[in-house]
Amino acid sequence: MEYFIELFLGGLTRGSIYALIALGYTMVYGIIQLINFAHGEIYMIGAFVAYIVCGVLTIYGFHGVSILIIAGLLAVVYSCAYGYTLEKVAYRPLRNAPRLSPLISAIGMSIFLQNYVLLAQTPDFLPFPALIPDFEFMEPIAHIIGSPELVILVTTLVTMIMLTLLIKYTKIGKAMRATQQDMSMARLVGINVDRVISTTFVIGSALAAIGGVLVASYIGQVNFYIGFLAGVKAFTAAVLGGIGSVPGAVLGGLVLGLTESFAAGYISSDYEDVFAFGLLVLILILRPAGILGRATKQKV
Amino acid sequence: MLRLQNIQTYYGNIQALKDVTIDIEEGEIVTLIGANGAGKTTTLMSICGITPPRKGEIAFKGSRIHQLKPESIVQLGICQVPEGRRIFPGMTVLENLDMGAFLRKDKAAIKTDLDMVFDLFPILDQRRSQLGGTLSGGEQQMLAISRALMARPRLLLLDEPSLGLAPLIIQQIFEIIKKINEESGTTIFLVEQNANQALKLAHRGYVMENGRITLVDKASVLLENDAVKKAYLGL
Repeated sequence: MEYFIELFLGGLTRGSIYALIALGYTMVYGIIQLINFAHGEIYMIGAFVAYIVCGVLTIYGFHGVSILIIAGLLAVVYSCAYGYTLEKVAYRPLRNAPRLSPLISAIGMSIFLQNYVLLAQTPDFLPFPALIPDFEFMEPIAHIIGSPELVILVTTLVTMIMLTLLIKYTKIGKAMRATQQDMSMARLVGINVDRVISTTFVIGSALAAIGGVLVASYIGQVNFYIGFLAGVKAFTAAVLGGIGSVPGAVLGGLVLGLTESFAAGYISSDYEDVFAFGLLVLILILRPAGILGRATKQKV
Repeated sequence: MLRLQNIQTYYGNIQALKDVTIDIEEGEIVTLIGANGAGKTTTLMSICGITPPRKGEIAFKGSRIHQLKPESIVQLGICQVPEGRRIFPGMTVLENLDMGAFLRKDKAAIKTDLDMVFDLFPILDQRRSQLGGTLSGGEQQMLAISRALMARPRLLLLDEPSLGLAPLIIQQIFEIIKKINEESGTTIFLVEQNANQALKLAHRGYVMENGRITLVDKASVLLENDAVKKAYLGL
């Protein structure tokens, strides 16, 4: 039983990270029907910025949690800037082009950003310091869930609650929903749709950066290529939950994380990806629009 | 108040509007009638900046607006109730109305206007927390008109408000349009296929065929015009 709980919490941790990144995919898709393949690279850049900031701060004698917070904030700022620029440079000029064009542009940006970091930094794996300390109050349950897992769970939970409130109650959140539901009507009530799209990229990038920093600190290394797998997994989570649906992305992330965790724990960690993608295939056969996705009617 | 001068609008290489000239005076109800595909909706979308004209000029209260973005045009007080109502389906009635007032910051006045709209359409008050997509066609049309009113328009553009509605509801909608015009002095530009009703309501009318304006006159004169009778009134 204890092993089950351990796997469950491990899966939840993993899944909440997938969910965090998947939100960026799903929000962008919801508004402009584009799969932003460069989203994983934004995540990677977030982790890299945090790595650099950590190095600098360590020299100046900062410690553990304070480094994590400062590095996290700077990673968010940088990633947001990258996300904003990415949309402006690679997607906005193609707004009225056929749907395949921005998709190709997205793949291009993904490759470009990977190689940019490869050249500007290094092709090697870099050791990322473990910034999350072991809390004392966690000791009695440390064999089930560690402090890093707890921090990840709490951070992602708080982030998602904030995002939900933002979408539901703020002016920009309402503008995002209106734009998602009917873009030209949104323009007719006076919403600056370009600004809404930019904001969506910025918010998605911030979430990806938070995910990047948490994972890098958890796993303990960064590399120019980490965005690829994280991106694929998060994309899977978004599709699993129903791409375009915000609660769907969260649910998809958690389902994917739990599946992987149980597959690794009860069968073999060699097979976790097999189960993850097997699940995706299964869901796509049974519910092509995803768990919470609604089949969209195509207007002719 | 609004002047379209020789505007030409294209979709790609296809010309939808050919030298369209329309004048609307303050306080008027002007209607634009014509068959399907004549270019009526395009005319409205050109005014709102969604499909800006390639040539020609649109002026509102003396200043040119045809190069402005849609949100700046809304800010000037030109609001559209588009064809098919275009309610935000996943938002509540209240949120839909809220979106109508998107560019306004005068919270107290927004509240007053909300009460005014609920006075006009009491059914919307009852449905205030219901999702827009679950309303009936008539209710959606009322919501679409109310959403536009929430922006306090100086000029209200209506695109086929009678489309797909029951005769009794159409009657009600047209009465409300008249009331909006008379009580708040809002200028109204009404696009309709229901030519009979529209001409009875309007002061003046334009007839559009294949992207061109073919007739302009007082609505009462157009109602008696033989060509109009034959083509649009089924007489």
